[in-house]
Amino acid sequence: MDSLNKIIEKIDGNERIDINEGLTLFRKADLLTLANLANHKRFYHHPEKIVTYVVDRNINYTNICASGCRFCAFFVTHDMGNGYIISKKDLFDKIAETLDLGGTQILLQGGMHPDLEIDYYTDLLTCIKENFDIHIHGFSPPEIDFIAKKSSLSIAQTLSILKEAGLSSIPGGGAEILCDDIRQKVSPNKCSSEEWIEVMRQAHKQGMRSSATMMFGHIEKDFHIFEHMDKLRNLQDETHGFTAFIPWTFQPDNTKIAVKKKTSVEYLKVLAMSRIFFDNIDNIQASWVTQGDKIAQTALFFGANDMGSTMIEENVVASAGVDFMLSKEELTRLITKAGFEPCQRDCYYNLL
Amino acid sequence: MDISFIDKRLEGIYSKVLNGSRLSKEDGIYIYETHDLIGLGQIANHVRRSLHANKAFYIYNQHLNYTNVCKNRCRFCAYARDRKEKGAYTWSIDEIEKRLLERIDEPVNELHIVGGLNEALTFDYFIALLKTVKKVRPKATIKAFTCVEIDYLSKLAKLSIKQTIQKLKQAGLEMMPGGGAEILNSRIHGELFPKKINHERWLEIVRAVHEAGIKTNATMLYGHIETIEERVDHLITLRQLQDETKGFSAFIPLAFHSENTKLTHIQSTTAVDDLKNVAAARLMLDNFDHIKAYWVMIGEKLAQVALSFGADDLDGTIIEERITHMAGAKSALGLTKEQMEDMIIKAGFEPVERDSFYNPINSS
Repeated sequence: MDSLNKIIEKIDGNERIDINEGLTLFRKADLLTLANLANHKRFYHHPEKIVTYVVDRNINYTNICASGCRFCAFFVTHDMGNGYIISKKDLFDKIAETLDLGGTQILLQGGMHPDLEIDYYTDLLTCIKENFDIHIHGFSPPEIDFIAKKSSLSIAQTLSILKEAGLSSIPGGGAEILCDDIRQKVSPNKCSSEEWIEVMRQAHKQGMRSSATMMFGHIEKDFHIFEHMDKLRNLQDETHGFTAFIPWTFQPDNTKIAVKKKTSVEYLKVLAMSRIFFDNIDNIQASWVTQGDKIAQTALFFGANDMGSTMIEENVVASAGVDFMLSKEELTRLITKAGFEPCQRDCYYNLL
Repeated sequence: MDISFIDKRLEGIYSKVLNGSRLSKEDGIYIYETHDLIGLGQIANHVRRSLHANKAFYIYNQHLNYTNVCKNRCRFCAYARDRKEKGAYTWSIDEIEKRLLERIDEPVNELHIVGGLNEALTFDYFIALLKTVKKVRPKATIKAFTCVEIDYLSKLAKLSIKQTIQKLKQAGLEMMPGGGAEILNSRIHGELFPKKINHERWLEIVRAVHEAGIKTNATMLYGHIETIEERVDHLITLRQLQDETKGFSAFIPLAFHSENTKLTHIQSTTAVDDLKNVAAARLMLDNFDHIKAYWVMIGEKLAQVALSFGADDLDGTIIEERITHMAGAKSALGLTKEQMEDMIIKAGFEPVERDSFYNPINSS
């Protein structure tokens, strides 16, 4: 228990812990010890009793994807016949509705469509920007990497072209677990962990902020979780471009990975560890989409200071058999009942 | 153990707990008021671990709700029906036997039997019910009838409470659940369940049951129109009676579900309230051995978390829960033994399958 106390002392003294110390704490400390450390860190980073949320919509411009990840229940292949590319009318209707509902941004993500090149994406961004005043948070690193390769451009060139066309920030999706031994098994056709990091490095260098995510609870071991967080923390030291970290649990229904779903306690422990481990990322987001309202509210005491999005529309997790829905009223009620003041924010965590 | 509290006022409550001093009404109210959920959880977890170390209990049980016909028609209930209303049912003794036999290959250790106050039934029905259950399941414990039903049965039998309990005991009754207490308060009684026995009567019956050597549980239905003070008074009332009788086994906080009741305007309880009720129970009820996190009402996910907030028992596998699901519960209808053990292990505890009296079962 001595080693545990030393680690706890380090955390109390606001010293950084390394992967091994993180792992020791994760394996040995009980749930509320981790919660207490994370809750103190939460108030260290955010002394005010505010919990933020964003009003936005996930728009999936296509469900056709060349990646074929084993954990995904959303994608279809080209020849399955039920693929789509969103029409401009549908796209505009969805954006107009988002703005009507007080939304400030759209999360634009697709599959990695084998036939689309950079012109499609620049046209998509340009036409949105010509018609609407809305923040576009779009294209996770695997998509950027895919577009670059498809159009024979460098990552930096691709990002710069997309930014010019109207892209403002990058979602942290497609990170899954940033360890290539895991990625080769669950998403062999997606960019490598180094390529993922490189997209984020370039985006941050060009002044675009991004979030960072982690999908755990499939085939990874606990040390992979810490290797993942360590890679993100190192990049953040270099760029300071990450706005938030969002861990969520793999949802196995309708996918090709047959594992038991992670339990709520396992989720809360990882969430708390992320708040403890990331001394350089401001915000930690709870995932009500994967955890439901009760655990998302509980998460506010396990390190999370943000409830994420009201998600006017969500398709990807819903395909994997999870259909929690929360209205803006219910989201703010949960925050208030937990003793916090709910505040709508923008993509950069500015209060609105 | 040192706890670094976010809310420093919890230090006073923690030092009382460490000294073994009883918490006051003001302490109880503060437990509900604090926003330091983790600090509160840590105090409750300390008590929970000093009583039960790393163990977390569950039971393999079966519910039998013999009728939903009920003359009380409490405003918070989605289960009850009038005699001729659509969906009304009453199981005959043969039907009860059939339902028991359907699951006879399962290792059921407890029958949880509660129902409505159905004027078509006679006292003999209840004696036959108990005898049939005992005949079909001789090794399982019969945990049956709330104080509300006992009061009603004594009227059917035209016997005193004491005599009624003796008759039921002879027929096979071994334990009683804790339902029907709701909130032990006359204001709430008048507003929500005026036809049901009031709290004086509930306490009188529970005392008689304990004196007859039958253990019971105790419950509290929270999240409707009660105030924090009324919750704390409820807990203190139970604590006082437990000092006298030592007859309560477990306390179970029950989260109110409003769907299909006459109180649909009331929003569901949130996780913070659910966890606080578990912690408050563990801290205020210093003379109760067990606090249950009833997964049917708060969901499996939160019940697992509640094991670290003072609960040491997840109740049962059930398989066919009816009452809370009529009121919109989103939890499963039942859990397998494997699911129950998996939840407990992944919460960092050691699963102990128990009988009705918390003796470990050596099965599997």
